[in-house]
Amino acid sequence: MGKRAAAIAGFVEWTPQRVWPKPTFALEAAAQLAAEVLADAEIAKDEVDSFLIGGLPESPMFAPSALAEYLGLRSNFSEVVDLGGATAVGMVWRAAAAIEVGACETALILCPSLPPPPPPDIGNSMGKLQMPAYLGGDAWGSPQGQFELPAGLAAATPSFAMVASRYMDRFGLREETLAKIAVQERHNAQANPQAIFQGKPISIEDVMSSRRVADPLKLLEIVMPCWGGGALVVTTRERAERAPHRPVFVSGFGEHLTHKSLTYAPDLLESPIRLAADRAFAMAGVERSAIDMASMYDCYTITVLLTIEDAGFCKKGEGGAFVEEHDLRFDGGDWPLNTHGGQLGMGQAGIAGGLSHVTEAVRQIQGRAGEHQLAKVDLAYANGTGGMLAEQSALILEGA
Amino acid sequence: MMRYASDGRPLPTPTDTSRPFFEGAREKRLVLQRCPRDGFFFYPRSHCPSCLGVDWQWETVSGRGSVHAFTVDRVGHDPALASQVPFAVAIVELDEGPRMSANIVGCEVDAVSVGMRVEAAFEDVDDITLVRFRPCGD
Ligand SMILES: [Zn+2]
Repeated sequence: MGKRAAAIAGFVEWTPQRVWPKPTFALEAAAQLAAEVLADAEIAKDEVDSFLIGGLPESPMFAPSALAEYLGLRSNFSEVVDLGGATAVGMVWRAAAAIEVGACETALILCPSLPPPPPPDIGNSMGKLQMPAYLGGDAWGSPQGQFELPAGLAAATPSFAMVASRYMDRFGLREETLAKIAVQERHNAQANPQAIFQGKPISIEDVMSSRRVADPLKLLEIVMPCWGGGALVVTTRERAERAPHRPVFVSGFGEHLTHKSLTYAPDLLESPIRLAADRAFAMAGVERSAIDMASMYDCYTITVLLTIEDAGFCKKGEGGAFVEEHDLRFDGGDWPLNTHGGQLGMGQAGIAGGLSHVTEAVRQIQGRAGEHQLAKVDLAYANGTGGMLAEQSALILEGA
Repeated sequence: MMRYASDGRPLPTPTDTSRPFFEGAREKRLVLQRCPRDGFFFYPRSHCPSCLGVDWQWETVSGRGSVHAFTVDRVGHDPALASQVPFAVAIVELDEGPRMSANIVGCEVDAVSVGMRVEAAFEDVDDITLVRFRPCGD
């Protein structure tokens, strides 16, 4: 019996797309997400007294006040969370904790990730999605700019590839085992009409023969960046019980980080998810075996394998055997994982990609997953991984 | 903001704190800070990351270590390096303890392996010297 002070009452998730038809400022997208998620939870705007965002390009400084002003919010708890792929999970527990201590009552979690309209004096690059290769690591005085980027350690894929290389050397993992994760997540995506790869199932051979990007990782083991957005409403238990959907308690949570560059991780194969997950499970008073579904951040296949181990679902070094022995599919699998297809199957819409793992757990617990609905989900594990296996946040979500 | 070599490669810009590292590299010496309580650490910092002490000293180390993890970049994740692919990037664990990331040079990219013994190789590029590693016998 974990924490029951705060619950997720509703969600909205936009379908990820490679090209977004209408350029939209983050303020505009946040307003639309807020309207849609409040409608889903049947909560009035005047009841909102808190929000969490992942930054605001239109107001790099004073982002919370800019958002409150634009949306007409009167906020008692306003946060900018900066945890990369763990941002959304980090937002959920911050909101729940703030509600539990009485700092606020109803929080919006807003994760817009749409292309902004181009400034008038710049060529038309409308809708073109380009991740900055340096991820901010090129700032003056940044250790990355001096010691990582000159070696070509840019973007994220080479770092995760190095984790995979070390894991393979240490524990003898086969590339086909990692490929199975991509294949079964892609299978799950076939039943999710919002997945970018719906209608495009893949085989182990497809993964193995896809383009080598950073050894040993291949193209089909890597998420595809997309535009999109998502939002949640987190509120008090009492208010959630008066909303139309089954309340989803934020029953336990944890977070941990130690490093930015993988080079300086205390242990490349012992990710910070272990301490985050241990805290979350202990707080919720839940055993791993009681979990009905896992919704794990999956920027790469190797991320999933490490998360299965470090979140405590099997022993260190046995993740490969675990993946081989279990069926991760939503339809008959004995260990359903990322039933929405994960980001590998659905697409990665910025920080909304991380939110998709929470949203899918909520969707399953609320019985709203449609074609990919599992028979019984009362208890879910969801987590986020940010940066280079750096920021880690974990949640135990529990249906009322 | 990165700066780039005449051949297009991204180059580091030393700070006052890190400059001794790059000055050592120019003399083909790998120099690291050593805290009297906690030993060597890398990258260069104002304070020891173990105890936050400031009584560290710069010392020349062996420049030898082992490949702790590596990848071969086949596409050029930094567009400035796209013309250099394939190239090997590794996390090297120095014999003195700290880890650092660097390119592995002096062998085919497919010859790099975890555990491979390597030694520092210094490459002058314009006004700076890059520290890379190459295979060595032991
Ligand atoms: Zn010290």
